[in-house]
Amino acid sequence: MAATTASAGAHRARNSHDLRTIATIWVVLSIVADLLFWFLAGPHIPPGRMSDQAEGAQFDFNVLFVVALPVVILVWTYLGFAIIRWRASRHDADEAPVGVPARTALRIQTSWIAITTVVVIGLFGFGTYELIAPAGAGGGEGPTAIWKPTTKTILPIQVIGQQWMWTYRYPSFGGFETSQLIVPDNTEIAFHVTSLDVIHDFWAYQLGVKADANPGTDNIAYVKPQQLGRFTVRCDELCGLWHGAMYNYGHVVSPTAFYHWATTTEKKLAANTKTLPPFAWTYTPDANGADGGYYLDNVNPYSKSSLYGANTVKVKQYGASAAQS
Amino acid sequence: MSRGARASVAGMLFAIAVGLVVFVAMAFLRTEPPTVDLASGHQAGKPVDLTLQTVGSIGYGIHPEWVSYLVKDQQGKWIHSTLWNLPAHTTVHVTILQYDSGSPIRNQQRGLVTGVGGAMLNGKRLTNVNSYEGNGIGHTFSVPSLGINVPLVGVAGNAKDFCNVAPCTMQEAHNTVTFTFKTPGVGQYHWQCFVPCGLGYLYGNGGPMQTIGYMDGLLKVVA
Repeated sequence: MAATTASAGAHRARNSHDLRTIATIWVVLSIVADLLFWFLAGPHIPPGRMSDQAEGAQFDFNVLFVVALPVVILVWTYLGFAIIRWRASRHDADEAPVGVPARTALRIQTSWIAITTVVVIGLFGFGTYELIAPAGAGGGEGPTAIWKPTTKTILPIQVIGQQWMWTYRYPSFGGFETSQLIVPDNTEIAFHVTSLDVIHDFWAYQLGVKADANPGTDNIAYVKPQQLGRFTVRCDELCGLWHGAMYNYGHVVSPTAFYHWATTTEKKLAANTKTLPPFAWTYTPDANGADGGYYLDNVNPYSKSSLYGANTVKVKQYGASAAQS
Repeated sequence: MSRGARASVAGMLFAIAVGLVVFVAMAFLRTEPPTVDLASGHQAGKPVDLTLQTVGSIGYGIHPEWVSYLVKDQQGKWIHSTLWNLPAHTTVHVTILQYDSGSPIRNQQRGLVTGVGGAMLNGKRLTNVNSYEGNGIGHTFSVPSLGINVPLVGVAGNAKDFCNVAPCTMQEAHNTVTFTFKTPGVGQYHWQCFVPCGLGYLYGNGGPMQTIGYMDGLLKVVA
């Protein structure tokens, strides 16, 4: 009896010692890994910091990673420790480590449930806040955006997808349309994303913007660039033979340079703009090809230009003050 | 023959049959038109001629009713292909004989001539085409990554000498569009028509618009 009690005591002592060792290794490794990640890798995590939204996405990713790293390290440490320290060949039968059955270990169960609940609910709260605070975090919010920026001056840019290229309309500058995407730095921008045929997906990678381009839908995504430079635009929805070629580059320029470019381009493209349908948030593509004749879904024949922009809305002029700041 | 041997033979035959089906399917899927070589024999610094025609229906092959581009090879023969070898950093004189009728286009922005020099339509300067006027636009020649877009004005669909089967001749109704552009460095650059001219396909973008050899292809720029 005395021998059994002594043996149980020895087990408990060994278990406590092992747990302390695991905890120490875990804490040290977690702190080191988190610090290394945050300061060395964190600043280089895509999509970078070219816009408010991109920086937000990078921050979110880094926070999630810093939370996840200790969990991973705990599992690996425990596993490694078990393999090395608790290997059967290292112990005699009566010395084998004996733990408390998990089924009756109320403290362990409660702690486990409490910790995981706190982590999951915490991440849920964090993620929700990070989605709402930066006005949708660069994601498409549909035609009636729920989370809008508080800034008064918002530059609308319409993004039009068609098989297989992107074009852009600038309603604040006469509604000209171009295949160049030029945006001003330090200015709140509303991308109005739509399509003339199938579903595409507008992904301005370094800006941290991603919004589906659906025909007949105005999908709004907000962004505020904060660095000059070039960014990549890709289609991120498989859309046919040349989906892989459906990309181009946009540029963030100074507000002054943007204003100059926009006004110059407006004049340069005036003749073409006159032939475009009136500006509308969405357009009605013809389902039947170039000149109709085969109507699969009872859609009207090719829309005349007057019908083409039936949902024309008045767009507030982009403030010159923002352009000149 | 034992049961095991029979099972082995049956298994082998099944494997051969599956292999044959996969082989034929892959051979069909990987079929592509020949690449027309306009780069060989090219002298550095000299321009290259690229002569194309667009027709309302190719008239032969597995899709005789499909709209298509054709290219003239170095021997002056019309080839049904949209894959062309071109020398790098070279001026290309393009002549497109447009035999197809036109219509309004889905995106009138494609009516603008961009990325090329000296665009002419039947000898007159070409800068922008309103597809809602006249015979509309039949097709475009566009290379998005090079910023090239040239609208090809349609011919009257009821013209007496309207060409129905390729290759069309100079005696048949057509518009002649000419322009030049400079090839970039070595690489493959996708080009396509931006008029959804795949009639009978939803949104006009199926069939010939999604099949290399008809309304899209590659500029294979070589050293």
